[in-house]
Amino acid sequence: MDKQLEPIVQDLQEKFGATLEEFRGEAHVFVKPEQIVDALTLLRDTYKFELLSALTATDYWPQSSPRFHVIYQMSSLAENVTVQIRVPVSGDQLKVPTVTRIYDVANWREREVSDMFGIEFEGHPDPRRILMPEDWKGHPLRKDYPLGYEEPQFTFNLEEIDLRKPYAKE
Amino acid sequence: MAQIEEVNVDQFRHLVSERALTGETMLLNMGPQHPSTHGVLRVLLELDGETVINAIPDIGYLHTGIEKNMEAKTYLKAEVMTDRLDYMNPIGNNLAYAMAVEKLVDLDVPLRAQALRVILTELQRIASHLVWLGAFGLDLAAMSVFLYCFREREIILDIFEMCAGQRMMTTFVRPGGLWRDVPVEFEAAVRNFLKIFPKRVDEYEALMTKNPILMDRLVGIGKLDAATALSHGVTGPTLRASGVNWDLRKARPYMGYEQYDFNVPTRTEGDTFARYIVHIEEFRESMKIVEQALNKLPMGPVNSDNRKFVPPPRSEIGVSMEALIHHFKLWTEGFPAPKASVYSAVESPRGELGVYLEGDGGSKPHRVHMRTPSFDNLSVLDKITKGHLVADLVAILASIDIVLGDIDR
Repeated sequence: MDKQLEPIVQDLQEKFGATLEEFRGEAHVFVKPEQIVDALTLLRDTYKFELLSALTATDYWPQSSPRFHVIYQMSSLAENVTVQIRVPVSGDQLKVPTVTRIYDVANWREREVSDMFGIEFEGHPDPRRILMPEDWKGHPLRKDYPLGYEEPQFTFNLEEIDLRKPYAKE
Repeated sequence: MAQIEEVNVDQFRHLVSERALTGETMLLNMGPQHPSTHGVLRVLLELDGETVINAIPDIGYLHTGIEKNMEAKTYLKAEVMTDRLDYMNPIGNNLAYAMAVEKLVDLDVPLRAQALRVILTELQRIASHLVWLGAFGLDLAAMSVFLYCFREREIILDIFEMCAGQRMMTTFVRPGGLWRDVPVEFEAAVRNFLKIFPKRVDEYEALMTKNPILMDRLVGIGKLDAATALSHGVTGPTLRASGVNWDLRKARPYMGYEQYDFNVPTRTEGDTFARYIVHIEEFRESMKIVEQALNKLPMGPVNSDNRKFVPPPRSEIGVSMEALIHHFKLWTEGFPAPKASVYSAVESPRGELGVYLEGDGGSKPHRVHMRTPSFDNLSVLDKITKGHLVADLVAILASIDIVLGDIDR
């Protein structure tokens, strides 16, 4: 971990009871969903993390608590350090407060996460789907969502597959 | 077969102002099939006459589920998908992904491979900026610039074809090094490009930079201040045109960028013209880097000799039993990666291209997320087009350099 990052992580640990994991020099700080707004506000205002580089999630299905981690990758331009904030979300309580009031970029990124994973961001100003069509059901990047495929047709089973192939209907 | 949900028009009502509901202002779709949206982007415009009141980008028309598909492939095979993200910058995407894999499994890259990666990504940056400049000119009715830019881009694509056998979808940068060494003609071809290209950049500048018609369309249009840009996660030339000196090649050097002497062009105006100037300057800086890297290109292998991750060369397979086993294991099962996650970012022609890669202990990634720069750069569009004309929207859209494959993934 970066030397400059140590006091920042310590502060997060004291204020939010955050836990720290390190891997290959990266610092991953775990906070609870209800603390995320305060944690990011602290990072932006006190420690000059101006850039929310990435906001994404990862699914640990079939594990249910926590089922998801929402990941906030933060960059400080002035100090040139990065820190990753991770928020564990349990499978029956799919709610995280929105951070759109802190970073504008979170608007689209949170829409993407809720589109792909079905995590609700409470207080989001524009909670529509962003990449999938508006009328889509399901959340494609969840682990229990199957990867779609098309059955390959050969001469011997061409007609048989043709019958059950989902063509656009009139 | 996907199930379909009912959609109610009320859920889109908050996007437009009250005046649109009474019919006082006009709602107009620009795209998804429109030549100046650079692909399949739909912008829902609310117009008062010619003036833009709201511009709401609607994306996802090119969504191909690349992140989901990568979870079903081994680390090596998943790299093929990265070419298809930002199709103007395939080698840069390969590099970003390969670097994430190398960080996850802790793999070293030989010096020659590092230098060649730098040369190729900088050539790719020039090629990408050439498409940008060409399309930018085309959108502003400067047709000839487009033809000149594609003429020069062809030279770079020929160099890629010489190295990788492919002009665009190269998959040339692999975890642990490169697919293979570059051919002997490579150096002469790059030097030939370096000889002719500076004059061509001067030609573009002579055509465009002081052209009064162009200045009228660009100066003061689409102003983006640094605070808004950072809050919206805007990176790359668009951020540097707003006065923030932030380039990952300088800030967090990778692949030996610290040994090359180059500047980071910045402007403070933050308008469309500033973005144009930054792109033009980056041509010259990239050429400087390519020349320096070529002058001190070290000899040696282009792949890591860690056989647990990098397949052995064909010549070894016939004589070594271990090589044959490694070859078989790597091409059928792939290599395992630890159950942990890394985030690694590079500076793509459009900004910070980050890869979040998570392993699960097996040979396939648990989760890959590409933090693509165009996605965040486009999200600022609504703010910077308000109050401008529709024709200015076209110029602004061209200047922030979006690639829809990069946005929709």
